[in-house]
Amino acid sequence: MSILSLIIKREFIAKVRNKSFIVMTFLSPLLFVAIAVFVGYLSSMKADVKQIAIHDETGLFANEFKNSDEYHYQNVSAIDVKILKDSITNHYYEGLLYIPKVDDTKELSSKIQFISNDSPSLSFVSQLENIVAKKLTKANFEKAKLDTVAIKNAEAKVNISLAKSSGEESLKGLNEIKIAIGGAFGYLIMMFIIIYGNMVMRSVIEEKTNRIIEIIISSVKPFQLMMGKIIGTSLAGILQFIIWAIIGLSIMFVASSVFGVHTGPTAGVSPEMMKAAQSEMGGTFALYLKELWSLPITTLVLSFIVYFIGGYFLYSSFYAAIGAAVDNETDSQQFLLPIIMPLILGVYIGFFTVMNDPHGTIATVFSMIPLTSPIVMLMRIPFGVPIWQLLLSMAILFGTFFFVVWFAAKIYRVGILMYGKKPTYKELFKWLKY
Amino acid sequence: MENILTANKIVKQYGDYTALNEVSLTVPKGSIYGLLGPNGAGKTSLIRIINQITMPDSGEIIFDGQKLHPNHVQHIGYLPEERGLYKSMKVGEQCLYLAQMKGMSKADATKQLEYWFDRLEIKGWWNKKIEELSKGMAQKVQFVVCVLHKPKLLIFDEPFSGFDPVNANLIKDEILELKKQGSTIIFSTHRMESVEELCDDIALIHKSNKLIEGKLDDVKREYRSNTFEVGILSDNIEGLMYDLTQKFQLSQTHFKSLNDELKLNVVLGNAKPNELLSILTQRGQVTHFVEKIPSVNDIFIQTVSSN
Repeated sequence: MSILSLIIKREFIAKVRNKSFIVMTFLSPLLFVAIAVFVGYLSSMKADVKQIAIHDETGLFANEFKNSDEYHYQNVSAIDVKILKDSITNHYYEGLLYIPKVDDTKELSSKIQFISNDSPSLSFVSQLENIVAKKLTKANFEKAKLDTVAIKNAEAKVNISLAKSSGEESLKGLNEIKIAIGGAFGYLIMMFIIIYGNMVMRSVIEEKTNRIIEIIISSVKPFQLMMGKIIGTSLAGILQFIIWAIIGLSIMFVASSVFGVHTGPTAGVSPEMMKAAQSEMGGTFALYLKELWSLPITTLVLSFIVYFIGGYFLYSSFYAAIGAAVDNETDSQQFLLPIIMPLILGVYIGFFTVMNDPHGTIATVFSMIPLTSPIVMLMRIPFGVPIWQLLLSMAILFGTFFFVVWFAAKIYRVGILMYGKKPTYKELFKWLKY
Repeated sequence: MENILTANKIVKQYGDYTALNEVSLTVPKGSIYGLLGPNGAGKTSLIRIINQITMPDSGEIIFDGQKLHPNHVQHIGYLPEERGLYKSMKVGEQCLYLAQMKGMSKADATKQLEYWFDRLEIKGWWNKKIEELSKGMAQKVQFVVCVLHKPKLLIFDEPFSGFDPVNANLIKDEILELKKQGSTIIFSTHRMESVEELCDDIALIHKSNKLIEGKLDDVKREYRSNTFEVGILSDNIEGLMYDLTQKFQLSQTHFKSLNDELKLNVVLGNAKPNELLSILTQRGQVTHFVEKIPSVNDIFIQTVSSN
């Protein structure tokens, strides 16, 4: 057996036999499902109805407010404002909408107050504003002697439907699905890098603190040891992901057959409602499915594998070098920050920039930069990326990967034999020349 | 005699610091070669270069007639001063892993392991984890790992540290046995009495330079000062002292004896021992008469402090 495969095997077995690995592997899917169920339960609960008092001195608006599931409105214009304010302090009412008496309705636009001890949600306030503004506008129209009915009829409603040049009808909201799919892949890569990169680092530190490193390095090249460690750890990680996928699917399957609940985005909706919804938007639903299947799935999966390997190896080389440079995990923080930053940046760019403008300059540039490309490019792929961009980005990623491995191996080689002091960046740079 | 290892003008620098300055060594085959030097002298740097853990900046190592090659690690066994094994790995698995890294087949390694575990009386440990063992026990396992692949050259850095006297003796016997079977041993230690006891050859490195190298006896001969330690029972000490100071340099000394005699160090210079002896016999009863052979300890201290 070659020495590299020997090291890979040992690293893999050491990781898989570890108690925390076993516990994590079998406990986290359960935890995940438990959280999903809990969140589903919470969101299915009805919120308390909030009582809102309306004190309207103009008498114009009081009847405009309609009760909703969440808010009940009470017209209390007859009661004195001071008493009402007390009732808010006593929490009888959640809030008081105070519309003062004014000479000119124009003044109202800035004089209405909402009095509440808890700060109300922004959407609720804008809802109130809308109701008042609508009524005011109507009043203004009437004052100007405009025909409100005619105006209402004249208001145009536009709903632009999306289509592709090929003539197929497209759907709004598909972007969200695309970003969700790309995002899931990108996020997975990020999580994998952080969890297993850290494992690589810990394993390097362990060898250093155990002082076994000198024995091993007298038999194998540091480069072989580093690569064996990275590959062995990643295999353990892949195994863990596969187990998670199997457990997760089984639990979902069992849960849905036992409770007869359809899990997923429609959780909490009763079968009858679903049927009604389906017959109503059956056409739309089918269209969504069709769109989903027309996504570049092969490209997506293949790219996921390529970016996964490239990104993981790139980052874990950094992690290995850091592990070699420090004596214990606490010392590693200073060096870890610059590594985690681009990962987080990648996810943010993915969720904010790519979603708005998947082929804009920022998205394109960051899908080329090797430290963010595994995440950003994967999020762009569902939107369709030119093949040359994909290939260029992969080429840059793997080019950087080889450079970083070389660089990390140098630091690793020197670092594993240095004990006692925490190196500075300057010293790390010096090690490159040893 | 053939040499197993020759180092030619090895230079190693870490940044501005020179760890080894044109150090040359010759290790004869089948010898126990003591590599001595104060802390920070460059011993570990040299050992690491021989083990190909680091590369020299210039100079070359000849191992068994060939320029040092990565495959040579299979013929070298190394017991570093800083001991360590994977804590959560089982003893047997760990030894097999490390042996396979040295190029042994699994079957061969298993056979050898059984032999050594039997020999060092650690048979029952195969399925124990290192973290369950005491420090001394782990040291034994480490020793086995070091010698398992029957290396031609063994490098022991402080091999006895961490062993109780019984086990230290056991290891010492094993080292001598390995020598008998034809292995060459490079032995780095600060314990001069074990150098005295075991080594055929020594080299002393100080401040990155080699200062002494050669057969232990030759080195001692070179460092002898023709000094004799004498003990004498005499009625006329003043007369004796007068006679002696005429011819020799004297100093007080101390050694264990059962008499209350006069104890002196006498530097003979160019004189012969018999001249001293005849003066002594004329003046009293000689109870003690030994040439002061410099100990390795003396040579070490003398060389290091004079440089």
